[in-house]
Amino acid sequence: MPAVSKGDGMRGLAVFISDIRNCKSKEAEIKRINKELANIRSKFKGDKALDGYSKKKYVCKLLFIFLLGHDIDFGHMEAVNLLSSNKYTEKQIGYLFISVLVNSNSELIRLINNAIKNDLSSRNPTFMCLALHCIANVGSREMAEAFASEIPRILVAGDTMDSVKQSAALCLLRLYKTSPDLVLMGEWTSRVVHLLNDQHMGVVTAAISLITCLSQKNPDEFKTCVSLAVSRLSRIVSSASTDLQDYTYYFVPAPWLSCKLLRLLQCYPPPEDGAVKGRLVECLETILNKAQEPPKSKKVQHSNAKNAILFEAISLIIHYDSEPNLLVRACNQLGQFLQHRETNLRYLALESMCTLASSEFSHEAVKTHIETVINALKTERDVSVRQRAADLLYAMCDRSNAKQIVAEMLSYLETADYSIREEMVLKVAILAEKYAVDYSWYVDTILNLIRIAGDYVSEEVWYRVIQIVINRDDVQGYAAKTVFEALQAPACHENMVKVGGYILGEFGNLIAGDPRSSPLVQFNLLHSKFHLCSVPTRALLLSAYIKFINLFPETKATIQEVLRCDSQIRNSDVELQQRAVEYLKLSSIASTDVLATVLEEMPPFPERESSILAKLKKKKGPGAVSVTELDDNKREGGELNGGADRGPDTAQTLEHDISLSALYWTPASTQCAYLQFIKDETRGLIFSQLSVSG
Amino acid sequence: MQFMLLFSRQGKLRLQKWYVPLSDKERKKISRDLVQTILARKPKMCSFLEWRDLKIVYKRYASLYFCCAVEDQDNELITLEIIHRYVELLDKYFGSVCELDIIFNFEKAYFILDEFLLGGEAQETSKKNVLKAIEQADLLQEVSMLSSIDGFSWLF
Repeated sequence: MPAVSKGDGMRGLAVFISDIRNCKSKEAEIKRINKELANIRSKFKGDKALDGYSKKKYVCKLLFIFLLGHDIDFGHMEAVNLLSSNKYTEKQIGYLFISVLVNSNSELIRLINNAIKNDLSSRNPTFMCLALHCIANVGSREMAEAFASEIPRILVAGDTMDSVKQSAALCLLRLYKTSPDLVLMGEWTSRVVHLLNDQHMGVVTAAISLITCLSQKNPDEFKTCVSLAVSRLSRIVSSASTDLQDYTYYFVPAPWLSCKLLRLLQCYPPPEDGAVKGRLVECLETILNKAQEPPKSKKVQHSNAKNAILFEAISLIIHYDSEPNLLVRACNQLGQFLQHRETNLRYLALESMCTLASSEFSHEAVKTHIETVINALKTERDVSVRQRAADLLYAMCDRSNAKQIVAEMLSYLETADYSIREEMVLKVAILAEKYAVDYSWYVDTILNLIRIAGDYVSEEVWYRVIQIVINRDDVQGYAAKTVFEALQAPACHENMVKVGGYILGEFGNLIAGDPRSSPLVQFNLLHSKFHLCSVPTRALLLSAYIKFINLFPETKATIQEVLRCDSQIRNSDVELQQRAVEYLKLSSIASTDVLATVLEEMPPFPERESSILAKLKKKKGPGAVSVTELDDNKREGGELNGGADRGPDTAQTLEHDISLSALYWTPASTQCAYLQFIKDETRGLIFSQLSVSG
Repeated sequence: MQFMLLFSRQGKLRLQKWYVPLSDKERKKISRDLVQTILARKPKMCSFLEWRDLKIVYKRYASLYFCCAVEDQDNELITLEIIHRYVELLDKYFGSVCELDIIFNFEKAYFILDEFLLGGEAQETSKKNVLKAIEQADLLQEVSMLSSIDGFSWLF
């Protein structure tokens, strides 16, 4: 407890807080609170006008109750009354209450704004700060409307006290963030930028946050800040630890200000002026050098402050992406941190290296650390650090290390946290496709993904593997063989059944020669999973079955038997029933030629942007997709589907245009419509064939 | 900074400072979820994590967790030191601060925080200057108390 009595501790409040703490149960607490609320309500409504002290005490109690998590629907008027008290503590509590319990009643807002206006024009710096703090805490549009023009004036006026300037700067920042259209900098711009030269470090610290935000939105108007920022930074970085007195933090000169200056510089490209640029590069080199020096203090605060500046400097170097020497040094420094004792530093190094990996100059340098990163993935205890390592592997992946990285990510996936699996699956799928030289490796990887993390393999992933297998002749046989083997596993994921069903339906003939994977064996294998699957999968399997009838006439009887049975043709699901009935009929009445035409092999899919990439972007936001994805063509001239693409068959029949693929790729609601359409078309065709052949 | 939360090991919120506009309901949900997430972490784990679309920086001092949510481009290490500086300020003010001080003088904790951070940004990083500002405000309290006693009104 404080050694000196800090003003008037409100005894009644302390007693109330004690009571609450002593409540043995939630019910007791609520009871005590309700009792107090009733008491306060009656005091507020009472005939006797309350004195300032009591009002303050009750308003403070209400605030306490609110912060505990209970709703408060009165007290605002009394709090607003406190604002006009000439006693500082009463004002203070009043402001605190209305900042925390923001009320949108227009009458109250008018009164509050009036009180604030009075305090702002009071010339008493403490009162002015109170008012500014309130505006900054609430930041409502009404306040912006009332004060947005007044605050810049206070900020740049010569006779404003430093502490008031600081509050004004950040108050203006808050208003700008919430109501940018009301904060017009116009005439104040140059004087605000000039605050960077203020002799009071606190003013500079506060002003720079405002300037950074304004620069982001209006870079041209504020670009004069760059050279000022560089000078300031240079002076700080080269100062001795005693120069800056109270702005030195554990032997590090002005760490917060340094970081903010480096942040401001990241709003702009490298300075054009040679002298300014030279000074800045010197600064950055000094910061990098200091990292190699022995520490001035063993305290973690010292190393955190020092490293905070270092990491921000590295961010700037990465942002510029134009000084190869600095980039390589930054990479080496981060490489050292990768193996640091402190987990925090390893985490930040991994995070920082991700951005470095996408730079042309340092991509190779980053790759040299692959073993360390893989080791981190395997051995770090903290899941957040492991996740950073996985992100970095993804960022540093290219043709030279893709196989290794994908293998590591797959094995990590086996034990990964559930919350990150979906993202990992997407990433592995993207890498496998992008860097596949040998498509059988790609097929293996995706099937492994399904095996390891089937639940998290979204539709986009397995659609993609099928698209690729359809489009590449050279991998179709391998795909058929591999899914066939994968399906043998006793417990296999439903997504595997989907993929397997589709591929065997299209390419089962490529492995039918081998007695171990003869047509009947394939059918029985698929059908053994049938009853375990959901409706969409069963629908897909039924389509596979009709394809089998076409591919392997010897299976016709067996399959028809299955289609004929009650659980299919009388299935309660419309889709399944319809398919069973239609396919059964199709198999019975169509001649082999017609059947062959209708169930011809799927033509290649047209090239489109990978929906997997789109899904990853959606999941993580625009920054997720690293530059390597977008610069794909620049770096490797990689094509998504490499090799010789099969052109569409010249003799495409009407059936293909409609194509049975519509049954798979369209949502269920449209499937019925498509089925109807196909039904009509094929019926027409069949009848015409029949009539031709007599 | 988007918000700062102080909570005990039992998950009781001791201070909540919000720098972005959010409804009451949203604040309660965020507090609940985040507190659970942090309390589930083991002691040796690192001080940073990604949570929703924010970066969380937290540190435990005795029985209190200090937890800040910052944006993607913010500097994690300097945020850790913001937390430390705030603890130093509380410590200097209360004289060896403990959780009870913050419970019984919660309004003071908010006042001190406002002198140090405003709108989520550091406004004064000199410990001396922040404490001076708080002391000046406290002096005003004493004066105003005195002025309410007859005979001393001329002081005020």
